[in-house]
Formats: sequence, structure tokens, C-alpha cells
Amino acid sequence: MANTPSDPTDPGSQKPAVPRRKAAGGTGSGTPKTTAPRWKPHGEPFPSAPRPATFAGKLICALRNLGHRVTSAVWRLGFASRFCLAILLNSGTALRRFHLTVREIYFTGVLSLIIILVSGLFVGMVLGLQGYDTLERYGASESLGVLVALSLVRELGPVVAALLFASRAGSAITAEIGLMKATEQLSAMEMMAVNPIARIVAPRFWAGVISMPMLAALFSAMGIFGGYLVGVKLIGVDEGAFWSQMQASVDFREDIVNGVIKSCVFGSIISWIAVFEGYDAEPTAEGVSGATTRTVVTSSLAVLAADFILTAFMFRGT
Amino acid sequence: MNRITLDLWVGIFVAIGIGALLFLGLKVGNLGSSSVGETYRLEAKFDNIGGLKVRGAVKGAGVVVGRVAEIRFDSVNYVANVAMDIDKRYKFPRDTFATINTSGLLGEQYIGLEVGGDPEMLKNGDTLKKTQSAVVLEKLISQFMFDKASGDNGGVKK
Repeated sequence: MANTPSDPTDPGSQKPAVPRRKAAGGTGSGTPKTTAPRWKPHGEPFPSAPRPATFAGKLICALRNLGHRVTSAVWRLGFASRFCLAILLNSGTALRRFHLTVREIYFTGVLSLIIILVSGLFVGMVLGLQGYDTLERYGASESLGVLVALSLVRELGPVVAALLFASRAGSAITAEIGLMKATEQLSAMEMMAVNPIARIVAPRFWAGVISMPMLAALFSAMGIFGGYLVGVKLIGVDEGAFWSQMQASVDFREDIVNGVIKSCVFGSIISWIAVFEGYDAEPTAEGVSGATTRTVVTSSLAVLAADFILTAFMFRGT
Repeated sequence: MNRITLDLWVGIFVAIGIGALLFLGLKVGNLGSSSVGETYRLEAKFDNIGGLKVRGAVKGAGVVVGRVAEIRFDSVNYVANVAMDIDKRYKFPRDTFATINTSGLLGEQYIGLEVGGDPEMLKNGDTLKKTQSAVVLEKLISQFMFDKASGDNGGVKK
């Protein structure tokens, strides 16, 4: 970097780092020792660092903040991975006392049904209208069923359902866990020797993983029904051609199973991010609201990025 | 909400989720009829397969009777070696003629089987003797142009 050994700000930038590292481990020591990963306080990177008004000083300040952001992002990623491992190790309770998970499936899955079904129907209807408009130019309006079914089963079903799931259920999970933390319910559980990861976090994680493929399948089915309504009933595409061309082109292994695999991956990504953000939230009202926002933003981006990677692996064009 | 009601709702949710998967599998993906049960393998050599792909259809009289299983390049004879899985229910005579056709003007390419009159039937692992390559549009056009040009030249000379 621009720092030379004689730079007066250089030792200043290293000095606060030492007590900070201590503080990161130190705040967790107040709570009783459990298997749960400890959390690190957020806040200003270097409040005591000198900030010279010169241009070089400002530059160094900016660089230092950038570096802090990068390291804290990497730190959070590592913590999130450790947290994921902790969930998987402690998920025995969630699966043995399955009614805990069933309760969470109700809140994440069943209560998301309405939004998934209605938006699936409308997405399918729009696909029917737009697809017909384009296919008509090439005299291929009979292929409308293929277009609607393939685009829903391969891409739109898993992805749009995942985005809706992230904003409908993921944000709720984060807010719930974050609020539990803010009101010290999680600490109270630890005091009673109940592992909050096994009792609170793991059931929510598994509920998301289980609900997501169902919701995506329902979204696709509803969308195909919507496309059928618009294409066949409203516009008047031949019904036999609509279904038979769809059946000839959609492959069970290549298209439908890959779509289900996608939605399973998206479900675990969203649930993981949601429970992690909730658990890592700053225990204040502001912190919980920030964590909820971060859940929706991060999981939406993660879903879209993961979709690209999965699509690149799955549909390479035979 | 008590546990019974919760279980009921989650049960309904899982049931309609599985129902949607079944709908996708059976009605959209046509799982019921597309999975051919017993098949036997036939081979055919083509000079040029055009745009034929693995899992392309093999049709007899327009009916799908099998799928293309494998396409290899034979580096000894410089031809394409195409393996097909044909449904056990359908038997073809030994002098069956395999052609590569295109469905529609720009559609997918498939193998059409044209039946001969031999009393003996093809068995697993047999090779089709007579084949016709895919029609390559560029070749067709250049042939047409060449014929046209040579025809004109002849007219001038006379």
C-alpha cells in the first residue's frame, strides 16, 4: 500500500486492531459456554484512529475503511459457514422432534401458499400473452405450451418462487430470531441449558429447505395452468397441440428434476442466510431491521448468482 | 393454534406440493409414456448426420419407435456411427433403410426407418446396411447453382 514504514499513521492503524480482536472474543465470554458460535459486536471500524485532513490522510482513511469492510465481509462469511456447520450438527433435535419443524413449515410454507399461487398464475398468464405475441410472428403459436412449460419449469418457477420466498418467509425468520436475540430469549435458553441452535434455528432452516421445492413446483404448475387459460381458453390455441408439444419437449430428468434440484439449493441458501442474519443481528430495533433488509437483499442476489452457476452446469446445450 | 390443526395444514401443503410435482411429471413431462421399457440396440453408419443429436427421435412411419443412444465418429472409415435404442415391441426387417430427416422446414432432425421386405428381422446389435445421409442445405444449393451454371454454359456453346 501507500504506507511507508515512516508513515505516522501506520502504527496508529495497527494499534486499535489488537484490542478489537480481544473484544471480538471477549463479549462472548459473558454468556455461558455452549456449542453456539459467539457473535462479534458491529460498529465503527477504528474510532480512535487519527484522521489527518491532508489528501494523503484521507486516502489512507478510505483505504483503511475499504480494508476493514473486506475483512469484516470475509469474517462474516467464515462465521456464516461455521454457523451452517453448527446447524447441521445440531439438527438432530429438529428431525427427531419433528413437530418443531412442522410448526415452522406451517409458518414458512403454508402461509406463503397464497402469494406463490397467485403470482404463479399471473406469471403464467403473462407468459401466455407475450409468448403468443412473439410466436405468432413465426407462425409457431402451437409451440406456446413448450415455451410456457420450459421457461417455468427450468427457470421462472424455481427463481421467482425463491425470490418471493426470500421476501415472504426469509425476512420473517430473520426478524423473529433477531427479535428473540434482542429480547434476550436466546440467552435465557442458553441459561436453561437449551441449545438455541438446535431448538430455534435448525427447525427453521429445515422448514425452509423442505418447503421451497413444494412451493416452486406449485408455482410452475400454477403458471402452466395460467398459460393454458390464456393460450387455449382466451386466445384459442389448439388444446391438443398445446399439451402434446409440451409433453414432447419437456424431459422429466433434464427439465423437471433439474428444476427441483435448483429449488432445493435455493431453499437451503435462503434459509441459511435468513437464520444467520437473524442470529448475527445487532440486538437492537435498528439492528433487527437492518438484518431483515440484508436477508432479502443478500438472499435474492445469492439466488440469482446460484441460478447462473446451476444453469451453466445443468443446461449446457446438448 | 394447536398441534392437530398445524399438522392438518402442513399435511395439506405437502399433499398439494407432491400433487404439483406429479402434475409436472405426468402431464407436462409425460413421464408415463416417454420412458420406453425394454429396448434393443441397432447401429447405422452415416456419411453425414447433419444436426442429429443424442436422444433424438427414431421414427417408423412417423411414429416414435426409439431414441438415438450414442453418436461416435468412426476414424477408420470416416463415417458417423449412430447407435439407436429401439422399443422391443417393434421389429424391423433386415433390409430396413435408415434416413436422416428434418421435421418441418427448420425443425429437429430425426432418423426415419423405411421398412424393406426381408423375412428375417433385425436383432440386438445389428447394423443397418443401407443409410441415407442428412440433406445439407448448403450442398443442395451449391449443387443447384453448379447445375444451373453448367447448363447455361452449354447453352452458350451451342
